[in-house]
Amino acid sequence: MNAAELRGVSYVYSEHTPFCKVAVDHIDITFEEKIITGIIGHTGSGKSTVSQLLNGLLKPSEGIVEVDGKNIWEEPKKIKNVRFSVGLVFQYPEYQLFEETCYKDIAFGPKNMGLDEKEIDERVREAAEMVGLSEELFEKSPFDLSGGQKRRVAIAGIMAMRPKILILDEPAAGLDPRGRDEILSKISEYRKKTDSTVIMISHSMEDMAVYCDKILVMSNSKPYMYGTPSEVFGRAADLEAVGLTVPQVTKMMISLAEQGFDVRTDVYTVAQAKKEIERLLKQT
Amino acid sequence: MAEIIIKAEDICFSYESDHPTDKFPVLDHLNLEIEKGSFVAVLGYNGSGKSTLAKLLNLILTPTSGNLYLFGKKFDEETITEDEFFALRQRIGMVFQNPDNQLVATIVEEDVAFGPENLGIPPAEIRRRVDEALEIVGMKEFARHSPHQLSGGQKQRIAIAGIIALRPDVIIFDESTAMLDPRGRNDVLATIEKLNREFGTTILHITHYMEEAIRADRVIVVDGGKVTLDGTPREVFSQVRTVKAAGLDVPQVTELMLEINDDGFELPKDVLSYEEGAQAIADYIRKKKAGKNT
Amino acid sequence: MLKDITLGQYFPGNSLLHKLDPRLKLLLAVFYIVLIFLAKSAPAYILIFLFTVLIIAVSRISFGVVLRSLKPLIFVLIFTTLINVFWSNGTTVLWQLGPFAVTEEGIIRAVTMALRIVLLMASTSVILMYTTSPIALTDGIERLLSPLAKIKIPVHTFAMMMTMALRFIPTLLEETQKIINAQKARGADFDSGNVIDKAKALIPVLIPLLISQFRRAEELATAMECRCYRGGGNRTRMTVLRFALRDLFVALVVIALLAGIILLNIYFPPLLA
Repeated sequence: MNAAELRGVSYVYSEHTPFCKVAVDHIDITFEEKIITGIIGHTGSGKSTVSQLLNGLLKPSEGIVEVDGKNIWEEPKKIKNVRFSVGLVFQYPEYQLFEETCYKDIAFGPKNMGLDEKEIDERVREAAEMVGLSEELFEKSPFDLSGGQKRRVAIAGIMAMRPKILILDEPAAGLDPRGRDEILSKISEYRKKTDSTVIMISHSMEDMAVYCDKILVMSNSKPYMYGTPSEVFGRAADLEAVGLTVPQVTKMMISLAEQGFDVRTDVYTVAQAKKEIERLLKQT
Repeated sequence: MAEIIIKAEDICFSYESDHPTDKFPVLDHLNLEIEKGSFVAVLGYNGSGKSTLAKLLNLILTPTSGNLYLFGKKFDEETITEDEFFALRQRIGMVFQNPDNQLVATIVEEDVAFGPENLGIPPAEIRRRVDEALEIVGMKEFARHSPHQLSGGQKQRIAIAGIIALRPDVIIFDESTAMLDPRGRNDVLATIEKLNREFGTTILHITHYMEEAIRADRVIVVDGGKVTLDGTPREVFSQVRTVKAAGLDVPQVTELMLEINDDGFELPKDVLSYEEGAQAIADYIRKKKAGKNT
Repeated sequence: MLKDITLGQYFPGNSLLHKLDPRLKLLLAVFYIVLIFLAKSAPAYILIFLFTVLIIAVSRISFGVVLRSLKPLIFVLIFTTLINVFWSNGTTVLWQLGPFAVTEEGIIRAVTMALRIVLLMASTSVILMYTTSPIALTDGIERLLSPLAKIKIPVHTFAMMMTMALRFIPTLLEETQKIINAQKARGADFDSGNVIDKAKALIPVLIPLLISQFRRAEELATAMECRCYRGGGNRTRMTVLRFALRDLFVALVVIALLAGIILLNIYFPPLLA
């Protein structure tokens, strides 16, 4: 089954004004369930709009948004419930923290869902563990934490709502390589542990290559490519045509293939490249 | 050897804090020399002390101990006059991380003029400098725009223009690319390179992006408040394990070469680009084949 | 999007009015108010009315826009008109109902008062709001008031504060929208409940906003210092405001208008004794 589907969806910002701008243009996208789908594209390609359409923050100008096989705008009054089942973590989510303690901040979402104390407590602890936040930090003010820790608190706040689909907009933006790896591997673990669906927006091809099962490439307000990382990176020329790059090892393999060596060009991690190159070296 | 314009000698720094336990040193006996006209990337994880170093060099912070020499003169907070202090500020420009929080005016060219206006320069000269600065960063057509209509990368280039208009000898970029998208980062980096190559501005680029550091002449890795690696990008990144231990990335190809080497194939380890990598592998195979045939 | 709002009411353009020195425009606006209240005789009123129409025409701002700007004044106009019609003293009673007497003087007073309010509003908004960018206005105020700096009034500081406020209003609005969306994604409800619930619902927006503004203030201060800002003392400005020929021309026209109104007041009887 599919986790979510956009059918013939368009979204126009500031409709009927001189500033109107088409963000997504008659798109059909299917998000498969229980995998991590990565969305990549330039700023303005429509990828952030897709995420806000999925959780009902934006209402499509045209077309249907389906989550779990149900049109989310069927009962516009119940749109709040869609936001609980499709959790959206914005870019730089640490700027939304406001409570006195980390615990209370993580509990904000579950509280808005109207859950009881016990249930909230259980969820807060579970979410904190998912992002690797130790209990000693629960009673600390979120504003006293380091940048990376703040980000974890913010992400835990969405995870605690136990959404069926978790969408993260650039979860690693601004983090250093270590912080980036930690956050992304926590998200990957979260997906496995909860057996839910994750959609991740990113600018980094290398991160996509490592963490995503499927990649959706957006360009000019429309989907441009969709497939597994090796399918997508195997089409390097098409990616470069829309100003996106492929991982460095992929480029190296393409260069070797162009020189007449018999190597696969759909590799994208160091480990894969190592295997392939050593095979080639041993052959000679 | 070129003139040394910045020299840090045994610099220590700790932030003032109410909690005695928090008083760990951010910079720990750090030594550094920057040559005139060089393009230096300072690489380190968040909290490594790299941003503190930038703030010390721009005199926003004062070292707890150690000596700082700027343009051959020892910096002494006690004896420096206000005019001398601002003269130093003018010579060492600084571009920050958040593009929004450094633009002060409602019109791009007015913002670029802000610095020169503060220096008390005659209006005609300010006009000339503003036009020139906007030309260099490639934002001339946006001169009459308002900053909030621009993208992050464009705003950051306006911030750079605002610094260029002060005619500094050195510009420090304190994680100025961290909040930008790849396109914006690339535009800013191209502007930095242009300033260095065409105008001889000394550049100190503080970042945690390995891809950006590769484009510098010299890379300095800061880890735990100390300089742990210092050399050309090739020298630094071939130390794959040390760089990774400092919580940083190395180019995929460099890492690949090291791993293949570990498995007994003798390939060069100081490879940075994919072209070099492909070349090295191709050469290796051709040589081996030639060896077999004879 | 919030990003697209126009700040103040400025309509960019290239008319004579747009090009005038902002200092002159500030003085003109004040002077014009005096002129409006100087008019006493019917021809003087007609002259100032026609001249205001001329100003609007020269500015190339559509009359519709100017009329719409008068909308918030409707209540004030109705109120003053009613008061003047029913409660003013007069000798020529036209109509009487108990204690309420409608007199000829009352009607004249009501009409002239309404006309003055309308002209005042229209002229100042066209001169100062529609054709002067906020930055030019701030600049004009700073330079006009600069002599006050000599008696230690921090004119420059106030002007700087105004400029920065103008600079950051769009950023602030954008940021507010972002935080509202982020809290909505966590199930925050801004629409239902009573006034107290709604006020409480704003806390998750206001606190992050406040914190980010403090951070912004700090970063901005550092960035400004790094650009050698040391207050107004030794600053120069890139744009030099110069009194151009057109400024002189406009000034002379307005002085001629003053002479015209005075003459019309002398040669024709005032509407109200």
